Amino acid sequence: MTDKKTGMAREKLVNIHVNGTACEITVPAWRTLLEVLRELGHVEVKCGCEKGDCGACAVLLDGEVVDSCLTLAWNADRRSVMTVQGLGGPGKAHPLQTAFIEHGGAQCGYCTPGMILAAKALLDDIPNPSLDDIKRGLSGNLCRCTGYTRIFSAIRAAAQALRQEGGTS
Amino acid sequence: MNRMENPLAGVKSEKFRQVGKPLIRTDSPTKVYGTAVYAGDLTMPGMLYAAVLHSERASALLRRVDTTRAKELPGVHCVLTAEDLPASQGVMTDMPGQTGGMTKNTKQPILAKDRVRFCGEPIALVAAESVAIAEQAIGLIDVDYQDIDGVYDPFDALAPGAPIVYGDDNVVASYKIRKGDIEKGFAEADVIVENTFTTQYQEQAFLEPEAALAWVDELEVLNIRSSTQVVEHYRAVADAIGLPHNRVRLRAEFVGGGFGGKEVMTIEVWLALLALASRRPVRLVQPRERSFLSHGPRHPFNITHRTGVTRDGKITALQISFTSDAGAYAKLSPYILLYATVGATGPYRVDNLHVDSVSAATNNLPACAFRGFGTMQANLACEGQMEEIAKTLGMDSMEVRRRNFIRTGDANATGQIIRSAVWSDQCATQALAALGKRPENSQTTRIGHGVACYQQSYGRILWMKDSSEAWVGVEMDGTVVVRSAVADIGGGQSSALAQITAEILGVPMKEVVVYFGDGAVTPLAGTSTASRALYMSGNATQMAATRVRENLLGCAGRHFSVEAEELDMNDSQVFVVGDPKRSMTINDCVKLCAAEGVHRHNLAIFKAPTSEGIDPETGQGEVFPDFTYGAHAAQVAVDIETGEVRVLQSIGAHDVGQAINLRAVEGQVEGSALMGQGFALCEELILEQGQLQTRSLSEYLIPTSEDVPKIKAIILESGSGLGPFGSKGIGEPVYAPVAASIANAVTDAIGVHIFELPITPEKIVKALRRKETVG
Ligand code: FES
Ligand code: FES
Repeated sequence: MTDKKTGMAREKLVNIHVNGTACEITVPAWRTLLEVLRELGHVEVKCGCEKGDCGACAVLLDGEVVDSCLTLAWNADRRSVMTVQGLGGPGKAHPLQTAFIEHGGAQCGYCTPGMILAAKALLDDIPNPSLDDIKRGLSGNLCRCTGYTRIFSAIRAAAQALRQEGGTS
Repeated sequence: MNRMENPLAGVKSEKFRQVGKPLIRTDSPTKVYGTAVYAGDLTMPGMLYAAVLHSERASALLRRVDTTRAKELPGVHCVLTAEDLPASQGVMTDMPGQTGGMTKNTKQPILAKDRVRFCGEPIALVAAESVAIAEQAIGLIDVDYQDIDGVYDPFDALAPGAPIVYGDDNVVASYKIRKGDIEKGFAEADVIVENTFTTQYQEQAFLEPEAALAWVDELEVLNIRSSTQVVEHYRAVADAIGLPHNRVRLRAEFVGGGFGGKEVMTIEVWLALLALASRRPVRLVQPRERSFLSHGPRHPFNITHRTGVTRDGKITALQISFTSDAGAYAKLSPYILLYATVGATGPYRVDNLHVDSVSAATNNLPACAFRGFGTMQANLACEGQMEEIAKTLGMDSMEVRRRNFIRTGDANATGQIIRSAVWSDQCATQALAALGKRPENSQTTRIGHGVACYQQSYGRILWMKDSSEAWVGVEMDGTVVVRSAVADIGGGQSSALAQITAEILGVPMKEVVVYFGDGAVTPLAGTSTASRALYMSGNATQMAATRVRENLLGCAGRHFSVEAEELDMNDSQVFVVGDPKRSMTINDCVKLCAAEGVHRHNLAIFKAPTSEGIDPETGQGEVFPDFTYGAHAAQVAVDIETGEVRVLQSIGAHDVGQAINLRAVEGQVEGSALMGQGFALCEELILEQGQLQTRSLSEYLIPTSEDVPKIKAIILESGSGLGPFGSKGIGEPVYAPVAASIANAVTDAIGVHIFELPITPEKIVKALRRKETVG
């Protein structure tokens, strides 16, 4: 559909690969990736502010961590998005998830999906992060419950597990 | 007070098999995999989306609220204003779910009618086909305000001739304590130390804003699934809109953080009205900006201490005054003021005491419950005053504390005898020791160490006559079900019940499922507030599980021809102690019970101790079931050029009575360390003439991952609490001393006491300049 006055497309069909599944959806230019993902049923992507302040909505877009509330759905066209459910789940947990469970990295759990994806992006970048690297890597993700200490220790444990995995496979 | 008999009856081994261990919480996997459902995630066929119009003015008459254009917008299903509401015209904001006496004047209009009293007061509700349409409709509502004089400071509000916001005189509540002989006490003092401390608004800033879904079901029951700390709000919803209590069902989903902000009803009643009016499911998720307006932040307090002390540090007299800013409606302000009043002396014994406290209404945001509930502000002043006394006397402040610590058997400020262990000294000593050696000061940084102790209640006010129910049952395959309407607000509330039950029935924790938070089908547990969930629901669950155990062991005993006392349960087996060949699986045992017609389940009620209140003239009487004690120590580095404070270490040491889940307890200590750091150093809701200036998480700053110091939890276990297995409440207590310890560390670093929180770089730089010019 195009706008009569400007001739600009107001809605378009976008094709987003979410956790490996192609999803087609017609969206107006102003809709955020956050809204679209949640509309597609990916309610594991949380909303805490809609302004880029909290990181609860973080997802991986072609492997880069973004705040989905600041990303327009159009910008995700023909790109792949990973949410925390795409990272792993029961029976096939990602080492980060295992470590978050074992270290008690989630309390209320509302920050957790975004936090884990920010951690994933960090470890993809820096497989053996220092504590300062971790603090910097999570600086866009707020947590009000945990004081972050168990999140930090979970990420370190996961980093180690991932390095060992990488070494043996 | 009546007390329960030994809660350990039924568990043979003093050494627990599961309780106290850092087991994986039952709610962890679902949260980490992203499968946990929160209220804002719920959808239903035909669901509408709500939006709320909040007042833009702090004090104004509503001359007209015109919804014509909003109603005409395509996609809008209903628009409600005060005109459309049932006659009751108010919602109870008194202590939720209580059975005791209520404070007068705690009803608040659901929607403002003729007048708005604060900026943010709800005026109109919309339900529409989409969030975008609902928002557009909100923008089409014309409100004609006529500003009237407002009052924005509690002292102004109490002055003669002030604009009246509440009652006849803006006094929302007041208390006094008159204990001992204060004149004699001051006469015995060698020095008198007087200081005034002020604290700011603090916002809960839970990550999940208010969210709920409401609809009317096939039984004509109004259902609400909400992010709430209080399932019992179903009664307040029913009363507010004129439905019988059995026609409202409230379910508490996993709560994405509450901290008191989801204690008093937030959005539930609005959704109830919209669902009834539209006959469609309606969901609301408050945008962050409106979340700030939808619950009450922590009260700003002004606290003066005038302390008489002898040369060797003994307090002989103490006179305290509190003034808190309640904002435009009472909400829980009277209770929060009571907590501050009872906690006025902190963890110290003061025999000659006067306390005068008042909470005043203004046209500011109504303040309400927030972790610590007034006690932490009171404590902050106590602990700052300890440093000032020590400085005046040239003593070490820990020595002054030791001279005055309350001990088991002593009477507290209201004359209540402390019966449980008081390990203030041990906790403070261990926390300080854990800080280790002080790093050297550099050219521009000054290192400081600070400590603070506290006394914080757990459990509700005794005249609320609190109780909690829980149901425990064993299925035929030996798996276990717990039913409790406890709200799971992130502290591991439901997981703790699984762990307690697993311990008592000798099954692995993963064999236990806890159904929680449903006001219609799980037994009512009371609120997840007041650090009472573990204490109350833990005890009820322990009672129910213990009775189920007795039934199972009775059957097994008859089978093995032994007394039940000779049997034990572990690893899903029932066995004769010392004779492992005589054993059976728990499912075989359950089948025996079934065949004998013996109950495999139990519904228990735990009743808290009660009292009838305090003497209004003297403030003397029993107020709380018990108290938790502990300490927090902090190490800070202050940049004396920029005024920037970095917290380097933050260490909480607490007597938790008995940890149920060690990891969960430590998690509470760690989370409170950072939240308290925010309160001490950076968090402040700013209001100008009642208008909120800080409306986002980029303006209201909470600590981030980059602010995290080295945090450590030291857990002590006296076993003396009233909770299951001797546990004490910890959710609020661990928060109580944090800000004070950081403030004291800053004082230690720079040699100047900043009495006004938060301690921002500007205040530090100013204070240092003043010190230079004066000194
Ligand atoms: S919701 Fe996207 S950053 Fe907060
Ligand atoms: S666990 Fe609650 S916000 Fe992080």
